[in-house]
Amino acid sequence: MEIYLDNSATTKAYESVRDIVGKVMCEDYGNPSSMHRKGVEAERYVKDAQETFAKLLKVQEKEIYFTSCGTESDNLALIGGAWANCRAGKHLITTVIEHPAILNAMRYLEEEEGFRVTYLPVDEYGRVRLSALKQALCKETILVSIMYVNNEVGSVQPIMEAASIVKAYNRNILFHVDAVQGFGKYRIYPKKTGIDMLSLSGHKIHGPKGVGVLYISEKAKVKPIIFGGGQQKNMRSGTENVPGIAGIAQAAREIYTGLDEKVARMRALKRRFIEGVGEIEDTTIHGLYDETSAPHIISVGFAGIRSEVLLHALEEKGIYVSSGSACSSNHPSVSGVLKGIGAKKEYLDATLRFSMSEFTTQEEIDYTLESLYNCVPMLRKYTRH
Amino acid sequence: MKFQTFLIKYGEIGIKGKNRYMFEDALVRQIRFALKDVEGEFHVYKSQARVYVDCEGIYDCDDVTEALKRVFGIVGICPVVRAEDKGFEQLKKDVTAYMDEVYPDKNITFKVDSRRAKKTYPKTSTEINRDLGEAILEAFPEIRVDVHKPDVMLRVEVRDEIYIYSEIIPGPGGMPVGTNGKAMLLLSGGIDSPVAGYMISKRGVGLEATYFHAPPYTSERAKQKVIDLAKLVSRYTGPIKLHIVNFTDIQLYIYEACPHDELTIIMRRYMMRIAEHFAKQDDCLGLITGESIGQVASQTMQSLTATNDVCTLPVYRPLIGFDKQEIVEVAEKINTYETSILPYEDCCTIFVAKHPVTKPNVERIRKSEEKLQEKIEELFKTAVETTETMVIK
Repeated sequence: MEIYLDNSATTKAYESVRDIVGKVMCEDYGNPSSMHRKGVEAERYVKDAQETFAKLLKVQEKEIYFTSCGTESDNLALIGGAWANCRAGKHLITTVIEHPAILNAMRYLEEEEGFRVTYLPVDEYGRVRLSALKQALCKETILVSIMYVNNEVGSVQPIMEAASIVKAYNRNILFHVDAVQGFGKYRIYPKKTGIDMLSLSGHKIHGPKGVGVLYISEKAKVKPIIFGGGQQKNMRSGTENVPGIAGIAQAAREIYTGLDEKVARMRALKRRFIEGVGEIEDTTIHGLYDETSAPHIISVGFAGIRSEVLLHALEEKGIYVSSGSACSSNHPSVSGVLKGIGAKKEYLDATLRFSMSEFTTQEEIDYTLESLYNCVPMLRKYTRH
Repeated sequence: MKFQTFLIKYGEIGIKGKNRYMFEDALVRQIRFALKDVEGEFHVYKSQARVYVDCEGIYDCDDVTEALKRVFGIVGICPVVRAEDKGFEQLKKDVTAYMDEVYPDKNITFKVDSRRAKKTYPKTSTEINRDLGEAILEAFPEIRVDVHKPDVMLRVEVRDEIYIYSEIIPGPGGMPVGTNGKAMLLLSGGIDSPVAGYMISKRGVGLEATYFHAPPYTSERAKQKVIDLAKLVSRYTGPIKLHIVNFTDIQLYIYEACPHDELTIIMRRYMMRIAEHFAKQDDCLGLITGESIGQVASQTMQSLTATNDVCTLPVYRPLIGFDKQEIVEVAEKINTYETSILPYEDCCTIFVAKHPVTKPNVERIRKSEEKLQEKIEELFKTAVETTETMVIK
């Protein structure tokens, strides 16, 4: 039995995605920049994909750019946004629970480019403190970046409120949202919300790896960070990854088909799983349980068991999950997110993340619970001194 | 300059008397193994107390030298230019062309040293030396002869073809693997054990290896890391048979039954026992560990005595007098260091006590092990039976 509960790390591709990627690679393999028919055919896929995302996000086609991954989208938004607007000020704002693609790009801007960065704290449920955002905004602020759904604990950020605070303070401040974990679970409309830039990734929505999207509002000033043949209006040079672009668009279309039922099913499974985990002593659920949290992510602390050991114990039963924080015996590096929400010390190195997809079944959840009932007491018997 | 042949110099094995053919055959076999993944066709053979590698087809001389540099038993590798025997005038041209290309800077001293394997050749070796030397002097005015300490010793061997060479690239030394039997390496994922295996193998010893993993406490990645390390070591030693033992149940049983400060020592004693079991089964003549005196609690003189106590085969510890830095230097040289430092948990550290005994008393350890009587035999048997074996090459 193989039970894949690590869908926030990556997902299995839809069969329709596999088909279209294969077709583009082997049949419609032209270069969109070529002048002949083969090139025009390939360009069609890129245009269709732009149209798909424009519809789903209710934005314009020309505001959609394709990148190599979520990380590149985040880097282009932050670094390109900072470069283009640095004459207006050199202050950036983000949160302590962002993905490393944001945090390390921010650190680069801080250490190498002389920007000042404010890292906003979060509450115990992993939601950014809006009062801190209000305090942090200043005349120098040019860009704010807040994620949609946190990848470790599944907390959903108050994006709408944050956007109004930012835009009320100064409508020229760029508001970027990393929606890699939120897209395909929520309907996201940047223009209504006040989002200037939005990052998406293909392989988190049953699409291919190696392709991402960045929405950039036509009003936003952003400079390219990759230089070359001038593709995508010079914003992102490099021959378009046409198979990947066709694939991510197909995945986006399919994941939004019947979305509400899919999400409702995941929520029911999440409730069932949380109730089941509650039967085990000395466990905790990080973040919120209810409808205000992401439907697919459950972060559970198991006191007294190193997460890596429980992860491998579940692996032996065919269940694949992530540890809440990467850690090894020699170099303990505890998750910034768990610290940020003020998780108790005994859970910092003892947390697993279970993340579902639309393919997750009740049997799989029940089997996982059974396995936890077996493993957890056994592993708690043996601890390091 | 394109070299068509490599002449292999071997030191120690030349002096092994009547066993010499065995050593040479082993060397030929190991060279063939080392070249199996190199692009090109290679003919490896021995002739008149030398080993030659003739190259055919498309090959890169640097790839060939790199591969040969990993074959134990080779002291020097001489890249050879082969010239057809078209008379002495042509030979003069070939030799001056060789000198011109290999030594662009002519401000050097040289000496010609010829050997006449083909006795029907019209000139004697003394005449060849003199006449070729003269031709070179004529061709390059700044070059000088020094018969005592020349910068360049130009060798010319007259066989069916004429072999011209002057460079000697140092080989790793040692003896060809397989000429000194086989030993069992206790391979962890660390820095030391791959180096220990390399060093013993250098003396002509073939390797097998035993690795202990402890799922779920150690991961699939830790196991893959050990397989990768074995693969890197096998580039020098030839194929390694790797035994992967699931050690979890034994470890947990020791944890339940024995004093916790003795866990590591007792665990290591069982590792030695299991490794020795496979060693004897496969006719290995000894065990190899990467221990170095005092490096950690389990490697004090007393701890080594305690682990040695369970073995009947000799335990070879080639790193015993090495400091960590010296071990790291060898690990870097043989390219295992980068892999060794990948941070995966290994089974020695998962239940390590805060203050393990550093001066264990053998009698006391034996007493503690009596507490394992009830189940240990069965667990030992299961561990041996469920061991996964693979040949790394």
